[in-house]
Amino acid sequence: MTQRALSTPPRLPPRSLRASVEGNGSSVDRAFGAVGAGAAGALGLVLVGVAASVARIAWPSIQATGLSFVTTSVWDPSRGTYGALAFVFGTLVTSFIALLLAVPVALGVAVFLTDLGPRRLQRPVSSLVELLAAIPSVVYGLWAALVLAPILRTTVQPALAAVGGPLFSGPNVGFGILCASLVLAIMLLPTIASVSRDVLRAVPADLREGALALGATPWDALRLVVFPHARRGIFGAVLLGFGRAIGETMAVAAVVGSRADISPSLFAPGYTMSSVIANEFPAASSELHVAALAEVGLLLFVVTVAFNVAARVLVARSREGSPRASQAGAGSGGAA
Amino acid sequence: MTAVTDSEASLRLRGARAEGGAEATAKMSAADLSAWFGDKQALRRITLPLIERKVTAIIGPSGCGKSTFIRCMNRMHEVVAGARTTGDVLLDGKSVYGADVDPVRVRRRVGMVFQKPNPFPTMSVRDNVLAGLRLSGIEPPDADALVEEVLVQAALWDEVKDALDRPGGALSGGQQQRLCIARCLALEPEVVLMDEPCSSLDPIATAKIEELIHDLRDRYTIVVVTHSMQQAARVSDYTAFFYVGELVEYDHADVIFTKPSDPRTEDYITGRFG
Repeated sequence: MTQRALSTPPRLPPRSLRASVEGNGSSVDRAFGAVGAGAAGALGLVLVGVAASVARIAWPSIQATGLSFVTTSVWDPSRGTYGALAFVFGTLVTSFIALLLAVPVALGVAVFLTDLGPRRLQRPVSSLVELLAAIPSVVYGLWAALVLAPILRTTVQPALAAVGGPLFSGPNVGFGILCASLVLAIMLLPTIASVSRDVLRAVPADLREGALALGATPWDALRLVVFPHARRGIFGAVLLGFGRAIGETMAVAAVVGSRADISPSLFAPGYTMSSVIANEFPAASSELHVAALAEVGLLLFVVTVAFNVAARVLVARSREGSPRASQAGAGSGGAA
Repeated sequence: MTAVTDSEASLRLRGARAEGGAEATAKMSAADLSAWFGDKQALRRITLPLIERKVTAIIGPSGCGKSTFIRCMNRMHEVVAGARTTGDVLLDGKSVYGADVDPVRVRRRVGMVFQKPNPFPTMSVRDNVLAGLRLSGIEPPDADALVEEVLVQAALWDEVKDALDRPGGALSGGQQQRLCIARCLALEPEVVLMDEPCSSLDPIATAKIEELIHDLRDRYTIVVVTHSMQQAARVSDYTAFFYVGELVEYDHADVIFTKPSDPRTEDYITGRFG
């Protein structure tokens, strides 16, 4: 503070120049601002409109089932019983297991791409990650049903069953929670890896160099300097992956087993919110059935939006809001 | 310290004698050192000693290879993509570029302070000071005493002793730079490289850093890159003038600034270019 008081005050440009720089009074600027505001407003309207119209379709079900819609798990359209708890359970469990499997690998890929990998491999691997993210999910679903599920049935699940425990017991058919979780993990991998890579790249180079110059190995620099700096952004990347897992439909519908059941076993068939909508909507007979599916959709919508917003806020904060040494350079001197 | 070997004799200063009659010893030296960024050559066959427990200033216009030179001293140059070197750098007579030499160990002996203060923003002042040790997996037995000792050495203790738990990024620019110097000194390096340490600081903070360099010269071999000739004249015992990647002239600081032998040096220090 004393430094600041003693140093010469910062020079400001002459008043007339400042006015022209700061002023935004021209009509072009105003028109441009109005167009931007209109576009942004339209986006908000779409979001609210979709939510509102889905809610309107779901209204009969909301009235008929009340809170029992999310607290019971019996889903029997033929008898008009609608409890969606098994779908919520299936969605959360598959997403969670998928994250558990995907996050360590994705972070490994991100670190390989930014810090530890040989430089000439970084570009091709980076493109490969983008390519994986671009494969349509129905292709993953097809692959999982035709290739992954048989492998699980013949090889993986018998081995896990030998380990024992409630997680690895029950019928071994290949299709089920574990298969859905695995295909989800593969699909999340590129999303989490590429966002984490961007977050790690945004960590200022002078912090990495500062750590290396202190005799850190590249791994130590990552562990003690880069990761703490990027932790919020990486958490955001994980949440973004979680949001994608929750909403993923086709690949999961193909292999999840499609049974509204809550079982501790990972081998057991289950159901998710998105896949029940995809499977039952084309054949929905009664108005209440349609309304109940719409209510599942509403639930999914709310959860997905919540996770995406949380993820984006976290990623944005880690990029812009983190304290940076550069800001306290020469003139600012600010120990505020 | 290490006796001067025959191969180093050629690097020895022309008639240089430290006060007290002992012969000046090169703590480090560059031998025929060239450096590239991709195809662009940044250094051309530099041979230069860094005299033990003295301050060597490296001056020259922007882009002349000053920073690249000191980054070759602690093997930080190779951190940049596409960067490479030829020639050699000796520390106590041994190559730091040998096949069996771990750059991590070199950097612990040859510390570096950067142009832009770069304390770790996620760490407190105290943790910043200890960061180098922790990065090496060492948890010092008496951390508090060490923190105080190096912050006193870095002339920062009085200003931060009540703020040791505040984030390092919350200090002023000049304080941040002294924190970075403290962080470097905590590892007890033998050589301290400073890359334009005052270029982002105001005159008061600059004066403090210069005073600090003056105080540290009894314990460390110091190299200061600067584009301020006044600063070089104030702080250095020896001065090297670099121009477009070449070492133009090297001598006692007072010789460089009073009667340089190369006309380019004279042009530069009298402000005719640069």
